[in-house]
Amino acid sequence: MPIEKFVTLESSCVPLPIENIDTDQIIPARFLKATTREGFGDNLFCDWRYDKKGKPRKDFVLNDPTYSGKILVAGENFGSGSSREHAAWALTGYGFKVIVSSFFADIFKSNALNNGLLPVQVTPGFLEELFNAIKDDSAIKVKVDLKNQIISVPSLSISEKFDINNYKKTCLLNGYDDIDYLLNMKEKIIAWEEKA
Amino acid sequence: MAGKTLFEKIWDKHVISNIDQGPSVLYIDRHLIHEVTSPQAFGGLKERGIKVRRPDKTVATPDHNIPTMDQHLPIHDELSRFQVNKLKENCNKHNIEMYGLTHPYNGIVHVIGPELGITQPGMTMVCGDSHTSTHGAFGSIAFGIGTSEVEMVLATQCLMQSKPKTMRINIEGELKKGVSSKDIILYIISQISTGGATGYFVEFAGSAIRALSMEARMTICNMSIEMGARGGMIAPDETTFEYVKGREFAPKNEEWEKALEEWKKLPSDSDAQFDKELTYKAEEIEPMITYGTNPGMGIGISNSIPKTEEIEKTSQKSFKKSLDYMGFNPGDPILGKNVDYVFVGSCTNGRIEDLRAFTQFVKGKKKADNITAWIVPGSKQVEKQAIEEGIKDTLEAAGFELRQPGCSACLAMNDDKIPEGNYAVSTTNRNFEGRQGPGARTMLASPLTAAAAAITGKISDPRDFL
Repeated sequence: MPIEKFVTLESSCVPLPIENIDTDQIIPARFLKATTREGFGDNLFCDWRYDKKGKPRKDFVLNDPTYSGKILVAGENFGSGSSREHAAWALTGYGFKVIVSSFFADIFKSNALNNGLLPVQVTPGFLEELFNAIKDDSAIKVKVDLKNQIISVPSLSISEKFDINNYKKTCLLNGYDDIDYLLNMKEKIIAWEEKA
Repeated sequence: MAGKTLFEKIWDKHVISNIDQGPSVLYIDRHLIHEVTSPQAFGGLKERGIKVRRPDKTVATPDHNIPTMDQHLPIHDELSRFQVNKLKENCNKHNIEMYGLTHPYNGIVHVIGPELGITQPGMTMVCGDSHTSTHGAFGSIAFGIGTSEVEMVLATQCLMQSKPKTMRINIEGELKKGVSSKDIILYIISQISTGGATGYFVEFAGSAIRALSMEARMTICNMSIEMGARGGMIAPDETTFEYVKGREFAPKNEEWEKALEEWKKLPSDSDAQFDKELTYKAEEIEPMITYGTNPGMGIGISNSIPKTEEIEKTSQKSFKKSLDYMGFNPGDPILGKNVDYVFVGSCTNGRIEDLRAFTQFVKGKKKADNITAWIVPGSKQVEKQAIEEGIKDTLEAAGFELRQPGCSACLAMNDDKIPEGNYAVSTTNRNFEGRQGPGARTMLASPLTAAAAAITGKISDPRDFL
């Protein structure tokens, strides 16, 4: 389905300075029984976010009113593990538009991009600066400019360029989707099959 | 010009076109689907008003969500039943072959592909499951995809993929007694970490790999995703051909001869270049076990959990969080730790060879009283073979029970959940927090190490019993 166009985003951030956050933490397997894409945001980080009785855990960042925003800043190697796209659906369902980390797992990255969720990979040094900036000022705004591939903290005048595949960037900026592209190639695919 | 790697030979043959500064359009030979990651993809097709383009290249099996007892009865969990029924409905509508719950070919998607001869050397294969890398053991490009990509393949039989870098990991020498392929892969991940192969497609090679059976090779490729790799693969050889020959969907007669000729050309050329190459000595590997909450947190069974100061400073906080979850202290020896559950099964170690290894170990012994054990075959065919070989009887005599096939406690989507705070030695692939049930504490190991724990009731070195 056509994805929402990604333009420049400026938002406060939610910090989650834990390494190796796997997709089982993002959305535990027992919530994968739904047959639509909606509703996963309610169970995002469920086992960290709620106690056994379903009461919000005060010490988890999503339950801390100090922090809010459309940007999740997470520790190294975010999204490892299962290929479940439900992880991306849970993050977008909750309201995140950007995930910042110093390293992302491959399949998670593809899944995120296919859902208009932008993974921004920064250097470990910049990530640390970001965590410190958020710690000092929980309302600090971070700007993500996809067109120029720059993430910055305007109030601190710090910025960094990030990489993204040129094709994927075009898709996000225009709200294109891979399936439309492939469906338009039908004749070429058939010709290839006949030759193979 | 330098020669080509196994990966490049297959990749190049399947690229329909390359997008400038973008991904390639890759043709997919086989698409495996299951109940959990496919419904939204079928939903997408419906919204677009299109059909599955090549149902003949698609095979379905419910596995993640199914009970491992009383499979002849309707699934009692309402959501699971709905999802399994939805798969059936979608397959019927789109004319896709599905091996449902009581079908003799039902089983975990990565177990049935190889055992039915669907998986063949030189193919491109995908499935909405990260452990699709298992099929790379046959010398195929096989990897897990997300649901949007499942929809892409259903709609077009193609996928947009950026070409990964290539890595070769050589294991040279001979494995010591009591050390299996599960230990090899846990060892590699402990050396390079869970992100160590991200961005790469990994070929496993070397004399220790060549000496492995197909089942053992599948265990290694299965867990390549746990070091972040896009996939893992092993060059096809006589062991591969011998395994594939005669299986239900394998080529027959003239077709077989033709296929064999092509398959023999697949191994990496001697002058092929890899972006990265690592070599380890088989002799240095001992039975491995994990102590933490990611598969990279593994140690040789005779070792102790690392001390905090041995961990990189930036990772110490995550290390501490992990040990707190496990209820372990830094520096503790792992031998002798109490165990509550033993789980043998999954796409990693749920094949007949795994059941044989476990059963041979427990034969004539008794399950420890403090242990609850779940022995779950990877497929209906594995179950049937286990019964025919007397494995079921031997297990029962030792106090164990053989359940019915499925993914089961590996990801605890069905009723097979490890209770909170309990320790499980598990032959599966992930020890993430809550993976085997909320609060469950998982220690990954080989079927032999699992057997030693099942008999002694604690973490024990299987080599002491051989």
